[in-house]
Amino acid sequence: MKIAGLLLTLLIFGSAAHAIDTSEAFDDPELQARYDKITDEVRCLKCQNQTIKDSNAFLASDLRREIRRMLEEGMTDEQIYDFLVQRYGEFALYRPRTSGKTLVLWAAPVLLLFGGALLLWRILRQRMAMPLDDEQGEEA
Amino acid sequence: MSRFLVPLIVFAILIPIFIIGLGKDPSRLPSPFINKPAPQFELPSLTDAAKTVGSTDFANEMVLLNVWATWCVGCRQEHGFLMQLSRSGEIPLFGLNWRDNRVEAQRFLQQLGDPFVDSAFDQDGRVGIDWGVYGAPETFLIGADGTVLFKQLGPLSPAIWEENFVPLIEAARDNR
Repeated sequence: MKIAGLLLTLLIFGSAAHAIDTSEAFDDPELQARYDKITDEVRCLKCQNQTIKDSNAFLASDLRREIRRMLEEGMTDEQIYDFLVQRYGEFALYRPRTSGKTLVLWAAPVLLLFGGALLLWRILRQRMAMPLDDEQGEEA
Repeated sequence: MSRFLVPLIVFAILIPIFIIGLGKDPSRLPSPFINKPAPQFELPSLTDAAKTVGSTDFANEMVLLNVWATWCVGCRQEHGFLMQLSRSGEIPLFGLNWRDNRVEAQRFLQQLGDPFVDSAFDQDGRVGIDWGVYGAPETFLIGADGTVLFKQLGPLSPAIWEENFVPLIEAARDNR
């Protein structure tokens, strides 16, 4: 059973090991972690449903190269995201930042959840207030 | 009554939103540079590696900057129109040869004609990124004051030219 589980895990995650990004790893593991995180959150504009980490389009490799250069130059994550948004717009980020334009996007799930809860609560309260005449209804 | 009315209203609001959404092509992204200063650049010229081409070459005049490459099918498609536009003398054309091979790009212009005042040679795509280029051909209309007035994604055609470029060019010239 354990072996089957292991095989299944390998089967599922093994494909992720196919490196598209063949560039050398950073010497500094912290920089590498930031590089991995950023490339995983930036959309490849040429192949829009892939991140630049997953895409082998040359635009993606160009953008990886630029991100690498910026990290080596000591720019912060925020500065790097700014660089991309200035050139390609907010759409380039898979995790849009909270701003006037994207507020609706971020607020929508919370609003929908509260709206649904409110509706449910009102319906339930209405039903509770109703006399228990179900049996009568069934008999009739 | 409200039991049916509320879902109906929600439905009536959603339908136009969906219809508008369906009509949009998600692969066409608006350029964040519209009405903003065009990025500065300076690159070696495609035709003569010893020369440079850059923003300073088109300071104080309205120009087109066309992003092209020999591997780009749409670029061949629009090339005839670019030649025609260049001959008409309506507006100077500059090229940004993007992620290409110098020899092949020079041959392309020799065989099909060169509509450009000059083409900048952006071999590693660095300048392309600064301009937010993500797929050739792309054509920027840059005003005399250096602001980006319009960006066309995909091949130019006489119809697109008349519809999108001519009104902007005329308006900009009238203002001067």
